[in-house]
Amino acid sequence: MKNRRLSSGGRIDRSRPLSFKFGRRAYSGFAGDTVASALLANGVDVIGRSFKRHRPRGLLSLGIEEPNAVLNIGRGRNGQPNRIASEVPLTSGLEAWPTRGWPSPQFDLAAILGTWPAPLAAGFYYKTFMGPGLPRALLGGRDAWNGLWEPVLRRMAGQGTAPDGIDPDAYEHMNIYVDVTVVGAGLAGLAAADTAARGGASVAIVERDTIPGGRTLSAARQPMIDGRPADAWASDTFAAVASNPGAYALLRTTAFGLYDQGYLAAVEVPADGKTAGRIWHIRARKIVLATGAMERPMVFPGNDRPGVMLAGAMESAITRYAVKPGDRAVIFANHRGTDGLEAAFADADIHVAARVAIDETVTGVQASRGRLLSVDIAPVRGGAPDMAQRRRVSADIMATSGGWTPALQLHVMTSGRQRWDETLGCFLADGGGQDGILIAGAAAGNFTASSALADGNARGADAAGVEVGSILPVQDFAGPPEGQGIPIAAMTNGNARKRAFVDMQHDVTVADLELAAREGFTAIEHAKRYTTAGMATDQGRTAQVATAAVVAAATGRAIGDVGVSGLRPPVTPVPFGALGGRRVGPLFDLVRKTPTHARQEALGAVFEDVGQWKRARYYPRPSESMQNAVARECAAVRTSAGALDVSTLGKIDVQGPDAAEFMNRIYTNRMDTLKPGRCRYGLMLKDDGMVFDDGVVARITADHYQLTTTSGNAAAVMDWLEDWLQTEWPHLRVRLTSVTEQWAGVAVAGLDARRIVSQLAPEADLSNEALPHLAWIDAEVSTGQARIYRVSFSGEMGFEINVPWRQGQALWDFVTAAGAVPYGTEAMHVLRAEKGFIVVGHETDGTVTPHDLGMGWIVSAKKADFIGKRGLARPALIAKGRKQLVGLEPEDASVVLDEGAQIIADPNAPPPTPMLGHVTSSYWSEAMGRGIAMALVKDGAERHGERLWAWSLGQAHPVLVRDPVFYDVKGKRMHG
Amino acid sequence: MLLIPCPYCGDRPETEFSFGGEAHLKRPDPGTADDAAWAELLFLRENTKGWARERWRHGAGCGRWFNLTRNTATNIVGDSYPMGASKPAFPEASGS
Repeated sequence: MKNRRLSSGGRIDRSRPLSFKFGRRAYSGFAGDTVASALLANGVDVIGRSFKRHRPRGLLSLGIEEPNAVLNIGRGRNGQPNRIASEVPLTSGLEAWPTRGWPSPQFDLAAILGTWPAPLAAGFYYKTFMGPGLPRALLGGRDAWNGLWEPVLRRMAGQGTAPDGIDPDAYEHMNIYVDVTVVGAGLAGLAAADTAARGGASVAIVERDTIPGGRTLSAARQPMIDGRPADAWASDTFAAVASNPGAYALLRTTAFGLYDQGYLAAVEVPADGKTAGRIWHIRARKIVLATGAMERPMVFPGNDRPGVMLAGAMESAITRYAVKPGDRAVIFANHRGTDGLEAAFADADIHVAARVAIDETVTGVQASRGRLLSVDIAPVRGGAPDMAQRRRVSADIMATSGGWTPALQLHVMTSGRQRWDETLGCFLADGGGQDGILIAGAAAGNFTASSALADGNARGADAAGVEVGSILPVQDFAGPPEGQGIPIAAMTNGNARKRAFVDMQHDVTVADLELAAREGFTAIEHAKRYTTAGMATDQGRTAQVATAAVVAAATGRAIGDVGVSGLRPPVTPVPFGALGGRRVGPLFDLVRKTPTHARQEALGAVFEDVGQWKRARYYPRPSESMQNAVARECAAVRTSAGALDVSTLGKIDVQGPDAAEFMNRIYTNRMDTLKPGRCRYGLMLKDDGMVFDDGVVARITADHYQLTTTSGNAAAVMDWLEDWLQTEWPHLRVRLTSVTEQWAGVAVAGLDARRIVSQLAPEADLSNEALPHLAWIDAEVSTGQARIYRVSFSGEMGFEINVPWRQGQALWDFVTAAGAVPYGTEAMHVLRAEKGFIVVGHETDGTVTPHDLGMGWIVSAKKADFIGKRGLARPALIAKGRKQLVGLEPEDASVVLDEGAQIIADPNAPPPTPMLGHVTSSYWSEAMGRGIAMALVKDGAERHGERLWAWSLGQAHPVLVRDPVFYDVKGKRMHG
Repeated sequence: MLLIPCPYCGDRPETEFSFGGEAHLKRPDPGTADDAAWAELLFLRENTKGWARERWRHGAGCGRWFNLTRNTATNIVGDSYPMGASKPAFPEASGS
């Protein structure tokens, strides 16, 4: 490894040396370096191994198009896979790790694969691994891919290392709204932003680089703009744009997605390190894409060897980073736009050993230990190299250029079209996509400084809706020879095509694409998927045009007719942490807590999530199992009294002159006959007749009801009721208000419940006469005012006491101090299952009618209409053979069936075994001394007394089908 | 993310809204509708490719249901209008 840093020059700060590690070795660079330029300066030629063949690879480029130098930055919890070395600014103490190569990229055992080019041809995976291969018995019952090949190949081919813990870094999101967004702060982007800002538009300009200027930052000779060097003009203009009020000028910010209505997403990696990443959501009326162009490599055997770099990257290495990549160079381009490169070579005292002429090609390269030794050049005669005339030129570096590809990723991902431009030798934007997107500069095929600047001015004026002002005088140094043509055929006319790489990140060669074409994969999207050309994290930036050219040549079509494949966001890999922003950990989702939450925590409750609510599931005492705790809580309710926090029940207040009519329409049973002071259980159906929700309806006055919904469904019920009121029945004078968080509730149930509630409300008459089951009263209680409902979900005498939310904790404290034993939702479920009470979402799944549940009694035959009435009359809902709710007793009383277990008639029947239904709820019942279950079973109502089987995870248990009510069948207890 | 013009609140981000399917469905009289008509209401939709009229609710805002024109092929958002208002014409073809 030798130091290749030039003694002077470059846009690096030599007063700020930075040490860093690549693999296990320490290196140093300077502020202003990227990881890629620092590695190049340190003489590290081999940066990784290729994806399929493990060939040694170095830097092809120094930009975002880099296919080879994809590294892991950092490790452990801080590790980031898939970082492009040329896009990571060097920082002190940075650790970079090669993605592939074991034990090291320089000496890689798996490189033996590189000697088997034939088996790894196009479609190799499909042809070899998906086939029958070895007998399954040898592979543990798995097919050849899953059992044998995939684990081996994964280890050799891994695409980076995932972090091994939760990302400790903080990320954030910003949302901004501007008139014009400009992507790219090269000459065109700066001209556009400046013109738009001068025209009065608010502007955001985003640039992925650490300094503005674009390609001019790497130019060996600066064009002159208005008498100033272009880099100085860029710096001044960026500052001028940033100084406008309301402007956003963002460096180190990569636009990665363009979405509908001018919505651009970009990720910033701020220099100050206070946040690891910041996602910008930028909404604009107009977007100027000044994203530049990317150079593409020539395609010839050995074009992937370290030492072979893009011409522009070599110019950048010398000019921007003051690195001399080698001593003797071969230049291979299909155009004459290499003046800048040659100026740079002269500056760095690099000898040009040969220029491959336009009627010549390169037939191979020789390399040793990852370093180039020589290049074979031959004239092209009749479309093929004349090997007899081949000459060998010794060189340690090679600069290649196959022309420039406008960076149109953002245009393409909004369904923008492209067309082939024969003169420029590239695809240009050709309409489509969304409105308000303008393309400027090199991205629009204007490759010189003067044309880019003029185009930027014009597009900036368009975006701001103003006239183009005076255009600054620009003196080009040199530029691509626009108008001379870039012969694409010359890009790919190598001879031995097996090691001529088109897509370096995925190791796709000319031979692979030609094979795909022979096998019929001639459409570009098919060729892409069959060969994987263009599918990696670089989305084939350097491969796109060569892929199209090879497929075109192989199928006798024009390159414009072959076209290029589509693209999706993100343009570059974006860390998940950045996408998550602050919405991680406790902020990932809203957490709703009831007013007794602190008390539940103090009691050692195990919580469960019900929607966003935290509900106490059970209260284990020290050394008590869940089953023991739940059994104890159930026994307390059945023998004395228990207390359950029911604050999470959805509560909707319904008021208005037409409230009774409205309630009648949304419930299956009659609600107009409900008297003030009474309550009633109700079912809501959807228009198809299926059960949607259930709850208790209380009539407060003639035109005032309050209804409850299930805890998890409250918002959905509210939305749905509003839908009916606003769209189908706007004439009904009814108003709905969600009062879920106005009322805290505690259910007190059991033989002892009345004693406890009477201590709470000493003035209230709680007798069966004054407050029978399904009645309610307002009462003065020790905590203030309360509304007490006589309802039961446990089968015991039950009171649900509702108080203002903030008094919920005092209410809980009172009833538990008075002797009510806290019980959680698990005990609640056991108690209700013992009574055969359904839970929406357990016993129903959107395909279950009230009749299926044995609840035909709740469906009014007298009402002219209610939601679901017509749906229930559909033939399929009346037909025999529907699944109906039953109870199940496992023959072995100690068995608790799995919920979801399949009900079958004969466990020994040959498959496919007819499925009769499934278990919807299953618990250990302390009261019954056995496992109990509910199930939906085909024609279940007629099967009481039958013996069936419940099958789950390979085990079948015999069960007795019965009525779903197990406990207190006559229902005497809740009436007290 | 779309910007949706709520007729009551103006342009707001899509995340504040919920989608309610095809607009201007006619719910037949449940007392007289035959099975085919009811099945059509429950299950059959135009599923238009191109300009369509849709129901949306501004759940995280005013809570109101309204109708919106949107091109389902290009995702271009057109105009919104209150429930009960007559169908407006679709916007001029634009952006392919």
